[in-house]
Amino acid sequence: MITVNTENKLDKIDVNALSEDEIALSIRDLDLYYGETQALDGINMDIPKGRVTAFIGPSGCGKSTLLRCINRMNDLVDTCRVDGEILLHGDNIYDRNVDVAALRRKVGMVFQRPNPFPKSIYENVVYGLRLMGVNDRRTLDEVVERSLKGAALWNEVKDRLKESAFSLSGGQQQRLVIARAIAIEPEVLLLDEPTSALDPISTLTIEELITELKSQFTVVIVTHNMQQAARVSDQTAFLYMGKLIEYTDTNSLFTTPSMKQTEDYITGRYG
Amino acid sequence: MMNNWFKSGSPWIWMTAGSVSVALIAVLGLVALIAWRGLSFFWPADIYEFHFSDTERQTIIGEIYERERIPVTRLSDAGVDISQIDGEFVTRYLVKIGNRELVPLDFTWVLEPNVVRLETPKDLVVLERSRNGNFYGYLHDVLENGESVVTGGADIKVELRKRMERALELRNEAESISKGPIARINYELEQLRLDRRRLELNNSYTEAAEAEIQAQEEALRAEYREVEQTLFAVRAESERDGVIMIDMRGEEVRMSMNMVLDATWSNDMNILQKWGYFFSQIGKFLTEDPRESNTEGGVFPAIFGTVFMVLLMSVIVTPFGVIAAIYLHEYAGKNSITKLIRIAVINLAGVPSIVYGVFGLGFFVYMVGGTLDQIFYPESLPNPTFGTPGVLWSALTLAILTLPVVIVSTEEGLSRIPSAVREGSLALGATKAETIWRIILPMASPAIMTGLILAVARAAGEVAPLMLVGVVKSAPALPVDGNFPFLHLDRKFMHLGFHIYDVGFQSPNVEAARPLVYATSFLLITVIVGLNLTAIGVRNRLREKFRALEH
Repeated sequence: MITVNTENKLDKIDVNALSEDEIALSIRDLDLYYGETQALDGINMDIPKGRVTAFIGPSGCGKSTLLRCINRMNDLVDTCRVDGEILLHGDNIYDRNVDVAALRRKVGMVFQRPNPFPKSIYENVVYGLRLMGVNDRRTLDEVVERSLKGAALWNEVKDRLKESAFSLSGGQQQRLVIARAIAIEPEVLLLDEPTSALDPISTLTIEELITELKSQFTVVIVTHNMQQAARVSDQTAFLYMGKLIEYTDTNSLFTTPSMKQTEDYITGRYG
Repeated sequence: MMNNWFKSGSPWIWMTAGSVSVALIAVLGLVALIAWRGLSFFWPADIYEFHFSDTERQTIIGEIYERERIPVTRLSDAGVDISQIDGEFVTRYLVKIGNRELVPLDFTWVLEPNVVRLETPKDLVVLERSRNGNFYGYLHDVLENGESVVTGGADIKVELRKRMERALELRNEAESISKGPIARINYELEQLRLDRRRLELNNSYTEAAEAEIQAQEEALRAEYREVEQTLFAVRAESERDGVIMIDMRGEEVRMSMNMVLDATWSNDMNILQKWGYFFSQIGKFLTEDPRESNTEGGVFPAIFGTVFMVLLMSVIVTPFGVIAAIYLHEYAGKNSITKLIRIAVINLAGVPSIVYGVFGLGFFVYMVGGTLDQIFYPESLPNPTFGTPGVLWSALTLAILTLPVVIVSTEEGLSRIPSAVREGSLALGATKAETIWRIILPMASPAIMTGLILAVARAAGEVAPLMLVGVVKSAPALPVDGNFPFLHLDRKFMHLGFHIYDVGFQSPNVEAARPLVYATSFLLITVIVGLNLTAIGVRNRLREKFRALEH
């Protein structure tokens, strides 16, 4: 059985009855198709503000796909088609006239493998700001320091900001990528299995970081590691075969799952 | 036993390694052959004196170019008297005797049995001249204003060298006058003529304009007369000294010092002097202009033309190729039309280059160039400006020829970039164009450089299409000079590849030109290797910068 760490958890809330101003994102009747294959089927959920939400489920259940819907990364897949709505501040992000680039500035994302740009550490962090046309040296310096501190990387790299990002270790690179994402101050931070390519110690550092990040951002994390979900998330959604099976606070989901499939999964009967 | 050996995979290793060795040996052997034959051209050859009789003065003086063993029967078939020759084979020398103004052919065959004595006298000298090739003989007298200064003795070499250098200096001065001020004045006069014609065509040729142009022309002509006076004075001065040589017939030959470029007592040189001569000859070959319809002198204009044209081509082909590759890879839909276009592009690389030449001539020179002339240069018609082969059209033609290479390499580079990096940029709110500009292009730059390297290698060695769109045997001026606008892309140019063809196969004296062909070939290879090494150096720096993409 999975033990749930309660020290760093926020108070339990009922995720299925959130008030208007507690909601960061609402997903409504979301269906997603890759060509003829349906990958997501009628997903409905509200993601609360300022908390960590985890998506778990077996491989191919659609948890990453669902995450990538939230900042429309699935647009890059030619055959992908989305029905339904995702509401951010009450506006559907799949509306025809939505500026996708602006959306992605509000909904940042960190990927499985660290993907720093072939630039210096400094330039990696300010990349998003430069895109927005910010070139003032002092502003950039402040943002770099704040973001790297926020990503718990500042002390390690403050003397080598001009060095290539490739000179960092894998765990440091992943924190750099997180710093890069939070430098443009998104509202929501999507983490797609952020520790799957890292060693246990780097994983621990990132997990501690995630707990700290929720004071400023709404965090959504996809993980195939149930212990990780139990450790870092406030509420957990279990997906299976493209459907949302169960979505409730982490403690309840891992200790008293209400659905048979959830129980089978978390007790390791399949997965 | 044998079976085990086959199973072990050793024959496979031997076979693959053998193929590599064969390829390597072929390439190195070719380069070594060309280098050896090309470079030996600059080595000071011994000058031989062949004596055919002990009693009478019957000699031939020259360098041995070739030695060969031939069957005696072949000689008798050719009608040569073979009564004094024993044996079946006979050695025959090909001797370069020079002195082109005195003998009908500056090469002759000598049969070894006819030679009574073969000597290499230390005081035999070879004079390199600006006309009529080399002169072989003995130095007899140095003249000033037709009067003898020194006759014989040890001082004569010093005296000759001193006066030769003086004449050479004056020669260079005269040349810099005619290439500098005189060329400039002529250019400006031509511009004035065109100005007048332009005004006439615009119907704005007023008397005031006429007066102004005439005044300018008058000023230029006055300047021209002045410069011409200086030039004539310098030339006259350079003809003050002379030299008397004794040739192989034993006769005195007078020549003016201003046609003597160098004097070499190569039989009297130690090894250090020979090396010094060797390098100074290479230096001259690289920096001087060709003489005597390219068979003598250096190849500087051809080096310049080749490098300039290739650089111009690179500047044209890189942006076009990269932009096309970006469209094909990033924007074009992944459908059969894109595939078809890609196949067509790849196949373009297989079109024979002469076809590109014909296309360049028809499209660029006649159509585009002709139209440009009508719009921008009506004043110089019917003389074409851009409507004639030139360096710009050559560069464009070769750019089309090498476009597929750049497109294919760039596309390969683009597809090697991990999608994670693209997604990382897009997830930060970059548009696709911003991602391409800020992330993809820099990361693809090593691949772009690879494409450019291949393009340069192909373009620098290409001659056939250039013969139609801009290369000439001898260009009066370089495409870059001191006259505004400094870059004359309409001019024709010289090219090392064409130079090889011209010297080797179109010159009046193919025998004399053969070493030059090797030397020029070696130079062309060196230039291409040099251009490539530069590009490879740049690429390796870029690679280093974008290293570690493969986690």
